[in-house]
Amino acid sequence: MKKKYSIFALIKNSLSYHENWQRAWRDPEPKSQYDAVIIGGGGHGLATAYYLAKEHNLKNIAVLEKGWIGGGNTGRNTTIIRSNYLWDASAGLYDHALKIWENLSQELNYNIMFSQRGVMNLAHNQHDVRELKRRTHANRLNGIDCEWLNVQQVKKFCPIINCSPNIRYPVMGSTLQRRAGTARHDAVAWGYARGADSMGVDIIQNCEVKGIKRNGDSIEGIETTKGFIKTKKVGVVAAGHSSVIANMAGLRLPLESKPLQALVSEPIKPIIDTVVMSNAVHAYVSQSDKGELVIGAGTDSYISYTQKGTHEIVEGTLKAILELYPIFSRLRMLRQWGGVVDICPDASPLISKTSIKGLYFNCGWGTGGFKATPGSGHLFAHTIAKDEPHALNAAFNINRFVSGDLVDEHGAAAVAH
Amino acid sequence: MFIIKCPYCGERDHSEFSYGGEAHLVRPKQPTELSDDQWAEYLFMRKNIKGLQYERWNHSHGCRRWFNMARDTSNDKIHSVYKIGEKANK
Repeated sequence: MKKKYSIFALIKNSLSYHENWQRAWRDPEPKSQYDAVIIGGGGHGLATAYYLAKEHNLKNIAVLEKGWIGGGNTGRNTTIIRSNYLWDASAGLYDHALKIWENLSQELNYNIMFSQRGVMNLAHNQHDVRELKRRTHANRLNGIDCEWLNVQQVKKFCPIINCSPNIRYPVMGSTLQRRAGTARHDAVAWGYARGADSMGVDIIQNCEVKGIKRNGDSIEGIETTKGFIKTKKVGVVAAGHSSVIANMAGLRLPLESKPLQALVSEPIKPIIDTVVMSNAVHAYVSQSDKGELVIGAGTDSYISYTQKGTHEIVEGTLKAILELYPIFSRLRMLRQWGGVVDICPDASPLISKTSIKGLYFNCGWGTGGFKATPGSGHLFAHTIAKDEPHALNAAFNINRFVSGDLVDEHGAAAVAH
Repeated sequence: MFIIKCPYCGERDHSEFSYGGEAHLVRPKQPTELSDDQWAEYLFMRKNIKGLQYERWNHSHGCRRWFNMARDTSNDKIHSVYKIGEKANK
């Protein structure tokens, strides 16, 4: 049983110079057999294991991670959380996640630093204005908070935005979701890992999956760098590498994996207390608690698993940032990095069964998966445990590419993919 | 960042080119005779290979012609470029 984190634990441990804290999770060797195995130890995978153990009473579970937990896209995103999606299916999915975020620190007894500082989506032309106003109404009909701000209100809410009508892409208004915000990405992975581990889930790091053993149309087990593991249920949450795992099982997915970049500036005093996104010029920015500006850039157009993108993408984003925030012109950028994101043709995820019994995929989150972490894990756990989707993820099945019932969020999500 | 050797124009910066996805996907001759599964397979399902991939590129800011490329997606190294209709040099 894990000892509770509290102010008293902090005082008690300070007496021994913080050298005797209990480990947050174990480092076990894999057993030869599990009831379910999750491939991928990012936020989504760890959350899946956590809810499988907590709500579906499966205790003999392993999470396999080829590197270290939270070291993939969980550790590479810009930590934005929002649920202001256009279509009903997406609104249901992302708001389900947002509702879990709101109590997650308490539930996990782990401070994930969830901060509801609001997310703005700027409009730069008449079409943006119409589209974002439409989305505001759609959100409200789905019970999601969303307001429309005119230019004066934009300036008042976030004074550093350049609202001059004379810039190349002038700001013409914005949506604002006040419940949206950010969370500490590492803490999300660590909190779920600690929670899952305390319920007996084995988190096995440095363990890469090398093959999936099938017996006809069902799963027998998986080959890993730490030996063969027998299991009847495999949940794949491998983000950019989902297709690699799918190919091992002889499946093809409607995914393309592309590099997505982000960068942070040197730390400065608090200057922006919200998250501002702009689709038309592709710039989004927030400020971390350390004071760094966190800036999201775009994806490259071609498939690549290199975790690095091209310079033009960064340059384009910084041009847009400088036009919108001339005040940042003398800031230096400290770090820049890339992650590999798996994108579906309709820019919506897959949380789905497959044609192989016992093989489930949770992927295709593209450029915006972090916000969904708790909801994604919760619904995927349900799908694996019951062998059927929850009502909230039924629309996100692989079969939608056969039936044509797509959830087209390319423009609707208000960010370019 | 990589330099692409257009089979028509020679070496140019990759920013002059547009990516056209997986190569050698042949559009079915009689789409009306396909099942929904087969049509989805052609339209949406991709290998999305980590490793050597055959793909289409267009020299959109140059000669505007299409050609094929064999590239390793795990390190972005280009193995060969070849014209549409030709076979890849392995």
